[in-house]
Order: sequence, then structure tokens, then C-alpha cells
Amino acid sequence: MMQRALIFSCSNPIYSQFSTTTAPPDYAVFPKRDGGWISPSSSHQLPVYRLRDYRRTFPPLLNSAIDSVANQPKMASQDEQDPRISKISSAIRVIPNFPKPGIMFQDITTLLLDTKAFRDTIDLFVERYRGKDISVVAGIEARGFIFGPPIALAIGAKFVPMRKPNKLPGEVISEEYSLEYGTDKMEMHVGAVQAGERALIIDDLIATGGTLCAAIRLLERVGVHVVECACVIELPELKGRERLGDKPLFVLVSST
Amino acid sequence: MFAAENGLKGDPRLQAISDAIRVVPHFPKQGIMFQDITTLLLDHKAFQHTIDIFVDRYRDMDISVIAGVEARGFMFGPSIALAIGAKFVPLRKPKKLPGEVIAEAYELEYGTDCLEMLVGAIPPGERVIVIDDLVATGGTLSAAIRLLERVGAEVVECACVVGLREVKGQRRLNGKPLYILVEPREIDGCC
Repeated sequence: MMQRALIFSCSNPIYSQFSTTTAPPDYAVFPKRDGGWISPSSSHQLPVYRLRDYRRTFPPLLNSAIDSVANQPKMASQDEQDPRISKISSAIRVIPNFPKPGIMFQDITTLLLDTKAFRDTIDLFVERYRGKDISVVAGIEARGFIFGPPIALAIGAKFVPMRKPNKLPGEVISEEYSLEYGTDKMEMHVGAVQAGERALIIDDLIATGGTLCAAIRLLERVGVHVVECACVIELPELKGRERLGDKPLFVLVSST
Repeated sequence: MFAAENGLKGDPRLQAISDAIRVVPHFPKQGIMFQDITTLLLDHKAFQHTIDIFVDRYRDMDISVIAGVEARGFMFGPSIALAIGAKFVPLRKPKKLPGEVIAEAYELEYGTDCLEMLVGAIPPGERVIVIDDLVATGGTLSAAIRLLERVGAEVVECACVVGLREVKGQRRLNGKPLYILVEPREIDGCC
């Protein structure tokens, strides 16, 4: 059974529901299983997460493998959840009311502090994409820049940053996309990729799928074949997967 | 200090790295010859060399944290961290990190900017390398050093792929050693 964490997109003001009847496990901020739900509009207060407590809420850091080649894990089973997934899930921290009230923010920075879980995250993607003739890993600014390059290096692909406007020097192509309020733009370097190349798009999280769709369009406009989108976390209630249409999506942790 | 003066003189990897960096003239404004490392990321071999050189240097220095400066420090830092078994800590622009942060302001040519780090990310006494793609005046790296020292971390060294004129001859920044792979390319145009 997949670990579930109570998290919602930071870009959508969906109010969280959580159980107050179960004591949180000592490695999680909030209970991980469906339980009695109460709505935050009731008189009950949302617990405020104190950052200085975070080290007590996560397992101690493990000494991680240093030589990735010597310690290459075997291919995970397709049928059951890979045992590495639960550690990855519990290394992700939930921050309530960020960036605004009602949003339960998924914070992967704690995953990056857990050397074994971060290593496992990368390994899971690398195992899936190695040997699949993928020559481009496109990472979305800024957290896609953290996961993309290690994957690209391990599978022998280029890393292409997909950036906010006016960050990339030289000639770019850009794609506008909708936000909850207004629009934003994503840019890619002209000439970074060639028509016919096979690409992976990576970001830390998929919510509504708007950003990923913009990245897909940018790459397809120059004739690249987007093989799959890959994220650490999916928020399935926001239906990002449907928005990607026929583009496959691979995620490690699915959160409701 | 530059890698070529520090044990890697004549190493062909440094030439490959330098050749893979593109110069974009007059970006972000007139007179600036921008050192664009995105072309390095497109060259898998040269990108691997870049990471390998840093990993070889830091693997046995008992480093427990790689701190990367947003956003291009994110492109290099995590791969190094993974290879040496260190944590990766992002140093971010304001309001990006959730939860409790500490902030350090620094000067720009016009005005100021700010770097933020998660409180509690680094216990005191841990040994840290700060990484960014490029060092120019050293303003951003100095702010990173101050931020890390405020939480009691030990900044062992600052590491950059490219080091500009202003830092040539400088072996230290804020008293911390500086390790740089290559000098800026002089010529215009793509590699």
C-alpha cells in the first residue's frame, strides 16, 4: 500500500482535511492514513508546524552509498511498491499554510537532507529510464534542476533547463501558460535540443499539470518526442495526469 | 585558486569544460560577456568531467553538506552531494523556501538581494562546500558563507565552475578558500 501524505498543491487553495484522532507517527508531520476527517472551517485549529522540531520528526540520516555504480540497486518490482518508496515519502515534509492559508505545501528540501532517500529517488528514475534511448532530460525551474541533472548524467543524456522568463541568455523560445490568477511564461534555449530527440521532463511535483504541459508544448514545437513526464510527487485530486492527455506520467509518491 | 594551478595543470578535462561554455555578449546588459554554462550541461562528457573533478576533490574531505546557490548552483550541487554522500541544501531567493528560514542580504550593483536557508537544515559544526556556477564579485558567495556561519556550520571551501577576472589572484573569499575550474572564455559565439 502506498504511503499517503496529506498534501495539496501550493498553487491551488484547496482546504486540507486531516485527522485529529490519530497521533502522528514520529516520522511524519501529519497522519498518513485516511481517518476521521474534519474540515478546517470548523472551530478546530490547524496544528502549526514548527521547523525547529523537524529533526525530531524524521529518522536519523543514514550513511548513504557513495559509489553509485557499486551500489546500484536491482530493478524494482513492477507489481508491488518498491520498499524505497515509503522512506522517500516520509522524508517529504508538509508545511501547512504555505504560501498562503489553507495550502499544505509539499517540501522536498527535507528529502534532500536524507542522503539515502535522495539517492533512492534518483535511482528509481534512473532504473526506469536508462537504456531507453533518451537523450534529453528537461528540468523545470527551479526544483526540477535538483533532480534532473543527476538523472541526466546517469543515463547519458543532456540536461536542458526550462526557465522563467529572461533568465536564459541568447535566443530562446517561450510558451505561455495559465496560473490560477494570470499567466506565466516558460523559456528554453533555441538549439538546445534537436528534432527527433527523445526527452523526459522532470519536476518535483505535478499539481494541475499546467507547467508540465507548457514544457511538453515547448519541446514538441521543436520536434522533440516527449517520452514521459516524471515527478517525485503527484497530487491526483488536481487531475494533472488527465491534463497531460496522452503523455505518460511517472511518479514515485501519490498524495491525497 | 584555479584547478589548473592546483594539481590539474594540463588536465584535458578542463579544456573540454572551458570549450563547452558559451559566451553570450551583452547579456543581461551592454558590456557584459555572459558565461553561459547551459551549453556545458548539453555536453554530457564535459558535464560529467565537471562533477568528477569536484567529487574527486571533496570525496575525502569529510564534507557532510553541499550548499547550492539558486538556481544554477542547483544544477551542479546535487550530483556532487549524491556522489560523496552529503546532504544538499538549497540557498534560495526570498519567499521560496517554506517554513522557518534565516536570511542574509547582500549588495547588488543597484540595490540589494537576499539569500535564504532553512533553519535546522545544518547542525552546527558540519563541514560545508558552497557551490555556484560562477563567481564574479563574490557578493553572493559571501552572503552564503555568512548565512552558513550564522548557524555554526564550517564552510570548508567555495566551489565554482567559472571564475571571473575580479577573483583572479584571490585564493580566498571572506577568509574561505575558493576553488574554480576555468577562467572565462574570451571569444564570442557558441562552442
